[in-house]
Amino acid sequence: MSEVKKIATRESYGNALVELGAKMDNLIVLDADLAAATKTGTFQKAYPDRHVDCGIAECNMIGIAAGLAATGKVPFASSFAMFAAGRAFEQVRNTVGYPHLNVKIGATHAGISVGEDGATHQCNEDIALMRTIPGMVVLNPSDDIEAKAAVFAAAQYEGPVYLRFGRLAAPVINDHPDYKFEMGKGIVLKEGKDLTIIATGLMVAESLEVAKKLEEEGISAKVINIHTIKPLDEELIIAAAKETGKVITVEEHSIIGGLGSAVCDCLSAHHPTPVFKIGVNDTYGESGPAVALLHKYGLDAQGIYAKVKDYLNQ
Amino acid sequence: MNKLELQKTANEIRKSIVSSVHAAKAGHPGGSLSAADIYTYLYFAEMNVDPKDPKKEDRDRFVLSKGHTAPGLYATLAEKGYFPKEDLLTLRHLGSYLQGHPDMKHIPGVDMSSGSLGQGVSAAVGMALSAQLSKDDYRVYTLLGDGELQEGQVWEAVMFAGHRRLDNLVVIVDNNNLQIDGDISEICSPYPIDKKFEAFNFHVINIDAHDFDQIKAALDEARATKGMPTAIIAKSIKGKDVSFMENNAAWHGAAPNDEQYKQAMEDLEKVGEALCQK
Repeated sequence: MSEVKKIATRESYGNALVELGAKMDNLIVLDADLAAATKTGTFQKAYPDRHVDCGIAECNMIGIAAGLAATGKVPFASSFAMFAAGRAFEQVRNTVGYPHLNVKIGATHAGISVGEDGATHQCNEDIALMRTIPGMVVLNPSDDIEAKAAVFAAAQYEGPVYLRFGRLAAPVINDHPDYKFEMGKGIVLKEGKDLTIIATGLMVAESLEVAKKLEEEGISAKVINIHTIKPLDEELIIAAAKETGKVITVEEHSIIGGLGSAVCDCLSAHHPTPVFKIGVNDTYGESGPAVALLHKYGLDAQGIYAKVKDYLNQ
Repeated sequence: MNKLELQKTANEIRKSIVSSVHAAKAGHPGGSLSAADIYTYLYFAEMNVDPKDPKKEDRDRFVLSKGHTAPGLYATLAEKGYFPKEDLLTLRHLGSYLQGHPDMKHIPGVDMSSGSLGQGVSAAVGMALSAQLSKDDYRVYTLLGDGELQEGQVWEAVMFAGHRRLDNLVVIVDNNNLQIDGDISEICSPYPIDKKFEAFNFHVINIDAHDFDQIKAALDEARATKGMPTAIIAKSIKGKDVSFMENNAAWHGAAPNDEQYKQAMEDLEKVGEALCQK
């Protein structure tokens, strides 16, 4: 495990913005006094004139982004998920979503893997919030390769996009030549016939490990990476449910309103299938090292494996 | 357009406000009427806009941060020729493009959707920043309510605009002194408004919102002011020119019934006739 290259997707965000900055003159990066943490500081160094620090005022930052978008710029508004999706929810809903403006929201430090900062900064609700906004695209990439691809795709797309990134270094799992990112299309990472594990973000790598372990025991798990939570790849999910009959969702987000709920919405309408949702249960996080927290909340491979086994043995 | 023509235009706009809110059986006449002269001056004398080309790139932008006074904006846009005046009677009706609050996606001439207070001013600041970043010449105007100043986001936006020296931005406060629940100074006073804007590094001008000479002078002064944004605190009368609506908070968000509508139109006709005597 120690040989696997690990990069936090927030780093990927900063690096991708620098690459984009060279190609797009109208790209403007906004931050709210967290440039060092969201990694937009990298862009700031490369393009100081196109990096706008709005100070600690996320609601205003979202409004400024709307004004920039309405006058032909492509703004990436950056903050922690808690503040971008949480504090500024209504600004995103009314001043970005309602007029369908071309604003990209780069939200870092999502989920409990924020670590030591604790519950106030660990946003487990952002996917749920952003998913309810009509016309909003919600992306939650699993590693460095996918995070950069997601940023490039968001920049190409005309309309509001919410991008979710993590603080914790994540193993690079998509480093192969035939990797292709297509907004709205899930990726089958492993075929299987007994059950389907649908994972997103940081949980994709963990879920792959779980599937490997299950395979050793003769349980064949299909693994799907859903990097686009909205619009959801319903076709792929329905087909997998038909194929395997059992679906488990895994996300570093509340089990209320996130990927699990999106999958349930889809399957209950089109192909009713039992779904077991793994995520942060209806609770707040707490302070601690990120890896230890993921372990405590059952969101590392070991914890997910145990929950899957319990579910299968029911 | 000379002063008398502006006054006559504002009178027509006030009639449209009352007619559209009456037809809608809902809406916000008080703050629409108080801002009618400002709307008139902006669209008929100040801004570089073209109703035949509502999206032309170099146009000046207007953001109605106090979005609930959409009847005033719509009446002005219709008067200017962005869409037919008779459409005003579909305000707030199911299926009409004239939504209860400004909708930039569907209404010609609306530069930003607004309505949730405190948010429009941020968008206007974003537009002004945009022009500053790409060295474009257009100017940005935004109209706020005085009650709206209670929203914290206003001061986030104003702090940023002052810090960035956005001298292409004009923030106009329609200071009619009333909000839904009553007198702004009794509910949660934003006074002194001018000193607050000064403290945020704005050039501040106090005017009478119903005096076109003062409106013109203030906007000319704003244009000449370099290195800082301008705030115009426009002291106004809520419900202006409709006798029973003037200075009455009850007319913030209520529509006149048929009898009241008749009375209101008579009041406005009288104002119009008096202008014709000039």
